[in-house]
Amino acid sequence: MTVSVVQFGGSNCDRDAVRALDRIGVDAERVWHEDGLPADTEGVVLPGGFSYGDYLRAGAMAAHSPIMNEVREAAEAGIPVLGVCNGAQIGSESRLTPGAFTTNASARFQCEHVHLRVENADTPWTAAYEAGEVVSLPIAHGEGRFEIEDERYEALVDDDRVLFRYCDADGDVTDAANPNGSTGNVAGVLGESKNVAVLMPHPERASLEELGGVDGQGVLEGFA
Amino acid sequence: MTAYTATVTVRLKRGVLDPEAETTQKTLERLGFELADLRSADQFEVDLDADDAEAAAERADEMAQRLLANPTLHDYDVVVEEQGA
Repeated sequence: MTVSVVQFGGSNCDRDAVRALDRIGVDAERVWHEDGLPADTEGVVLPGGFSYGDYLRAGAMAAHSPIMNEVREAAEAGIPVLGVCNGAQIGSESRLTPGAFTTNASARFQCEHVHLRVENADTPWTAAYEAGEVVSLPIAHGEGRFEIEDERYEALVDDDRVLFRYCDADGDVTDAANPNGSTGNVAGVLGESKNVAVLMPHPERASLEELGGVDGQGVLEGFA
Repeated sequence: MTAYTATVTVRLKRGVLDPEAETTQKTLERLGFELADLRSADQFEVDLDADDAEAAAERADEMAQRLLANPTLHDYDVVVEEQGA
């Protein structure tokens, strides 16, 4: 499998994503957005960063880059697509996934380790975990607060499309453990089908034992 | 064709938390101002040529739907004025 890691102007986690995928034996390459997806693309990462300087809203500009039409077609064809951080914002802005990621409740950029509870382990992105398992991943975002209309949130929960919720070390989903004010402490969701997922925390930054643990590897194994 | 300016105002829907507005309000209060509430909005002024004001408004409305606003977060309104009028 070759995973295309899409670089937009201002992406900055693309190399990390390629390195983290290489480490688990998944072939990955960076693809400049203007060049389009290579024909042999069997997976897509929308990496973190600050595409287009977060102009208008984080992810809003990249969401309308022509390559996103190809990403949408790939997603509809069943190819795995993962959006991380700015990639999650791009995913929601392009309506690949529901809801929106907007300004943190603190109104500040937050860079810290958080605990996440695995809500649905029956997806390619979470199959490496147990439902209810607590993992530790870093976040680094100013616009990570998940917002969604009440009725859509209920549908999301009913359809088991919440992947991770922010929680404390014991796995309790509390307001105190919610770093950004996200609705329902939601940190990551599925698109319309299980092959599409976005999350604000960075799995690729938790993929080396020497650098704070490997809890994120399981998410990347969605491409394995 | 006539030259118009379409002013698109994009606001957070009522009930959606606005941390920047809250911070701004707190700072105004620290400066001694009394206020009940404060909301922020983004405003875009789009110059465009169109057959009539209705066509100009329609195009600006589509711009708001497709990019300027995010329907999950925002309401918006469009006001069109003929340039130089």
